[in-house]
Amino acid sequence: MILSTSLNSTSYSFFDKLKAVDYFLIIIVAIIGSISVVSIYSTESGSFSFYTKNHLTRFLVFFSMFLVLSFVRVSFWYRQAYIFYILGTLLLLLVIFFGISASGSKRWINFFIMNLQPSELMKIAIIVCFARYYHRIQSSDIQSYKYLLQPIILLLIPCYLVITQPDLGTAILIAGSGLAIIWLAGLNLKYFIYSGLILLVSLPFVISFLKPYQKSRILTFFNPDRDPLGAGYQIIQSKIAIGSGGLLGKGFLQGTQSYLEFLPEKHTDFIFTLFSEEFGFVGSMVLILLYALLIYRIIRIGFSSRSFFAKLYCFGFASGLFLYIFVNIAMVTGLLPIVGAPLPIMSYGGSSMLSIMLGLSIVMSCKIYSRDPIGN
Amino acid sequence: MIKKIGNLNKNKIISRRLFVLVAAKIGLLGIVTSRLYNLQISEKQKYEVLSDKNRIREWKTPPQRGIITDFFNNIIADNQRVYQVHLSLEEVSNFNNSIFKLKNIIGLKEDEIKKIYENKEKSKPWDTLIISENLSWNEFSKLNLYLHELDGAKPVLATSRYYPYSNDLVHVVGYVGDATTQDIQNKKKIEENFVPGLKVGKIGIENSKDTDLIGNHGTKRYEVNASGKKISEISYNKETQGENLRATIDLEIQQLAQELLKNQAGSICVMDIYTGEVITMASSPTYDPNKFTHGISTKDWNEIKNNKLRPLLNKSLAGLYSPGSTIKPLVALAALEYGIIDTKFKVNCKGHDHPYELYGERYHCWKKNGHGLMSMRNAIKQSCDIYFYEVARLLGVDKLSLIAKRYGLGSKVLEDFFSEEKKGIVPSTKWKKQVLEQSWYLGETVITGIGQGYIQTTPLQLCLMTAQLANGGYKIKPNLIYDKEIDLDSIKSKIESEKNKSVSQNILKDREFKYYERLYRNPNNLKLVLDAMYGSTNEQFGTSFRSRHKEDKYKFAGKTGTSQVKRITDQDRELDLDLDEIEYKSRDHALFIAFAPYDKPRYSLSVLIEHGGSGSKAAAPLANKLIKKILDRHELREKIRKDLKNIA
Repeated sequence: MILSTSLNSTSYSFFDKLKAVDYFLIIIVAIIGSISVVSIYSTESGSFSFYTKNHLTRFLVFFSMFLVLSFVRVSFWYRQAYIFYILGTLLLLLVIFFGISASGSKRWINFFIMNLQPSELMKIAIIVCFARYYHRIQSSDIQSYKYLLQPIILLLIPCYLVITQPDLGTAILIAGSGLAIIWLAGLNLKYFIYSGLILLVSLPFVISFLKPYQKSRILTFFNPDRDPLGAGYQIIQSKIAIGSGGLLGKGFLQGTQSYLEFLPEKHTDFIFTLFSEEFGFVGSMVLILLYALLIYRIIRIGFSSRSFFAKLYCFGFASGLFLYIFVNIAMVTGLLPIVGAPLPIMSYGGSSMLSIMLGLSIVMSCKIYSRDPIGN
Repeated sequence: MIKKIGNLNKNKIISRRLFVLVAAKIGLLGIVTSRLYNLQISEKQKYEVLSDKNRIREWKTPPQRGIITDFFNNIIADNQRVYQVHLSLEEVSNFNNSIFKLKNIIGLKEDEIKKIYENKEKSKPWDTLIISENLSWNEFSKLNLYLHELDGAKPVLATSRYYPYSNDLVHVVGYVGDATTQDIQNKKKIEENFVPGLKVGKIGIENSKDTDLIGNHGTKRYEVNASGKKISEISYNKETQGENLRATIDLEIQQLAQELLKNQAGSICVMDIYTGEVITMASSPTYDPNKFTHGISTKDWNEIKNNKLRPLLNKSLAGLYSPGSTIKPLVALAALEYGIIDTKFKVNCKGHDHPYELYGERYHCWKKNGHGLMSMRNAIKQSCDIYFYEVARLLGVDKLSLIAKRYGLGSKVLEDFFSEEKKGIVPSTKWKKQVLEQSWYLGETVITGIGQGYIQTTPLQLCLMTAQLANGGYKIKPNLIYDKEIDLDSIKSKIESEKNKSVSQNILKDREFKYYERLYRNPNNLKLVLDAMYGSTNEQFGTSFRSRHKEDKYKFAGKTGTSQVKRITDQDRELDLDLDEIEYKSRDHALFIAFAPYDKPRYSLSVLIEHGGSGSKAAAPLANKLIKKILDRHELREKIRKDLKNIA
C-alpha cells in the first residue's frame, strides 16, 4: 500500500532513483553492521549461537527494510509525521499498561515476533515530527511564544513517559535530538542559555526525584571507587577492558575482560568496550571514523535537499545519531554516568536497530526524492 | 517574494546553526578520542595490570612442616597422612544445607559446627573451608559414598603433625595448633606463608623453630571469571617443606627419665658438659601433644588443666625451686676463690640442742644429732648445714651471688629459645633493695648458704651449673638443636688453651664471660669441690652413698638437696614426721645433681622431685639408673657425632 501510493505520483524513472541512491552510505552501514555481528560473535566466545544468530537476523531484516523503505517518497513521511509522533506516544502509553518489565523498568511491548521498545521509535518520531513542525514556520515567527511553547510540550510528553519507565538514557537522547532541531530551526540562543541555567539550578531537585539506582549511578560516575563491587563495578571493569586493550588490542576473541564475564551487558550498552578491548585504540578509531563518515554522508544529503523538512530531518537525524554514539562511548569510557544508551547498529537489540534503519531509510528517501516539492 | 527571502534567510540560519552543531560534534569527538588515547595508550600499563589482577587469582597451597628427629635420627615430630573434608564455598549452593548433610554423614559436634560458621564469616567467597581435619577411615569412606549429594565438598588427603612418642617429648618438642591472629602478627614468616588451616608451633621446639620448620607455601595461579570460578591453571609454584631439625635429645634417655618420673611431679635434665647439648629434658607429668593438632576437646583440656601436678608446666625450665643443698658446692667454691676460708677451716655441728645462732635467731642442721667437727670436704659430703651457715656468713651474699650467676644461676639457660623459661632469682643486697625495696639481713645470707630463702632456680640451671663445675670451670653454650658449629674437639682445645692462661685479678669481679672462657681463679679450689662431691656419692656417710655405682666405669659424683617449701617450726622438728605423714603440699622437694663418669666427666644431670621428700631418698636413686643408661649410650652418641662431622 505504502509503496504503491509513492510510486503512483511518479515523476522519477526507476533508473533515476537507482542513480540517486547514496551507495557509499549503504556500504558504511553494511561495514558497521558486519563489525557488529563479529563483535556479538565475540561476546559468545566465538560460538555461533543465540545472540549472534539473533543479531545477524535482525541486521539482515532491518537492513533490507532500510533499502526497501528508502524508496518511500519523502512526502509520505512529511504527511505522516504527526501520525508517526502520535503513534509513538500511544505506544509509550501502551507500555504503561501492557509493558514487559525487566530489571526494574518497564520499556517493552510484546509483539510476538519481537519485544518492541517504543522509546527507541520515539527517537526517530520526534525528529520527523519536529522537521515537519519547523518546515512551515517562518524564521521571523520562530521566536514567538506560541511556536516556542508548542514544540516544548511536544518534546516533554514523550520524555516524561520515557523517564517514568524509567529510562533516563533514552529520554535524554530523545530530548537531545529534539533540541537539536529546535536549535537548527533558529530559536534564539538566549532561550538555550536560559533553559540551561534553569536546568542547572533545578538539578538538585531533579536528582531528589531520581530512583535510588539512578542516583547511585550519578554518584558513582563522580567517584567509581565509591562502591567498586556494586554501582561502580560496570564502569571500573569497562575502563579496565578498554585500557588493557592498548594500541592494537588483545586480538579477536581474546578479550579476557569480556570472556571471563567481568564485563556487564557486553552485548548491549558495553559492546564498544568489548570491541575496543579486542581491537585496541586503532580499532576504536576505525569504528569512530566509520560513524563519522556515516554522519558526514547524512549531512551531505541534507545539504543537497531542497525542502526544509528534508534538511531539518537529515541534520536532526545526524545530530541525534552523533548524540547516541557520543553518549554511549563517553559512558563506557567513564566520561559520562552510565545511563543506558545503546551504540547505534553495534548494540544487540531489535528496537534500536529498527529505529536506526528506519531513520536511515528516511534519509535515503530524502536523497532519492530530493527534488520532490513538499507541503504545497 | 517575501516568502522567498524568508526561505533564503531560513536556509542561512539552518546552515549557520548546523555549522555550530558540527563544530560542537568535532569538539566532542576530540574529547572521546583523547579519552580513548588516554586509556589505551597513556595508561595502558595500569589497566593491563588491573586486568590481570581481575582475571588471575592466586591460591596458596599449604607447606609441609620440617621433620624433627632426636640426635640418633629417631623421628620425634612427623608428618602423617590424614583424611580431611574441605568445602569449596564458591561451589556450595546452600551452605546451611551442606553443613546439615555433612553433620549427619561425618557426625560433626555442635561446637565444631559453631567453629565452622565462625570461620565462614572470616572467609572470602572463593575460599575453601576446612570442615574436618582428621576423619577416620570409616567417616572418610562414608563421605565418599554420599559425595554426589554434597556440592562443593571435597575429600582431601592432607598431612598433619604427628608425635610418635606422644607424651615423652611434649615439653621439648611442643605441639602445633591453628595460627591465631597474634601468631600471624608476631612472626613474619607465618604471615608470609599463611594459608587457612596452617598449623604453627605453640610451644617447645615447634614454636621456637617455627620459622625454620614452616617451609614456604606454594602458589597456584588460576584464570578465573567474574564470579570467581576457576577457568584454567596458569602456573603452579610448588610449596617447599620446612627445614628438618635434629634435636640434641637422646630419645631413649628421655623416655627412661619420663618413666622414672612417672606418677610424680618433677624434672630430669641431662647435659653434655662440653658441647652444652641438652640430652634429656624431662618434665612430669606430661600430656599428649597429638591432641592439640586438630584442636583439643574441652574435656581433655580440662583434664590437663585441672591436674594438681601441673602437666602444662615445663618444670625443667619454668619450675622455680630453692636449690637446697645442691648449692653447697658453689658456696664452698666461692669462699675458696675469694680466700675467705682455706681447706683447713672447720666448723663444729653439735646437733639440734646447740643450733647456729645469729642475733638471737637459731638455725638448725638437718641432722638431729649433729655432724661434729666438719671440714669443707666432709661438710659437702655429708651436707652439713651449720658449716655452710658459717661460710655464707663469712662470704657474704653478694660474693656468693656473683659466683652463682657465673656458673649459670639467675639467667635463662637457653636464652630466648623458650618463651616460657624462667630466670629464677639469685639474691643480693642490691637485688633486694631494687626489687623488694628493703635492706638485706644477715640471717638471709645464712640461709642462702644452704640454698633456701629468696634463691630460686630451675632444674635446667642446676644441670648447667653442675656441667660448668664438672668441665673444670668453663662457660658453655647450652643448646637443644644440633648445631654443627659447636664442635667437641675445638671446644676441648679452646678450654685447653684457656686453662694455661694466667689469670688476671679481675676474674673475681662481676663481669661477663665469653663462651668457653675459664670461670675460676685457682684450679685446686674446683678440684676440691668436685672431689667432695665424689665423696658424697662414693664414700660412707655421703648423702647419696646408697645410690652409687660400684663399677668403675659408671662411677659418678653428686650432691643431694632437700628444699623446704615452708619454714620448719620447732614443733615440726620435735615431731620429726615420716614423709607419708606429711601433707603432700608441705613435703620437701627432693633434688640431686651429678656428673659422670667421675674420672673423665662428660655428662651432668639434675633430678628434681616435687614434694618427694629428701634428695638422697627420692632423687639420687633415679640418677643411678640414668647414669648407667647415659654412659652405655655414650659410644653410640660419639659415633653419630663423628658421622655428622664427616658429612659436614
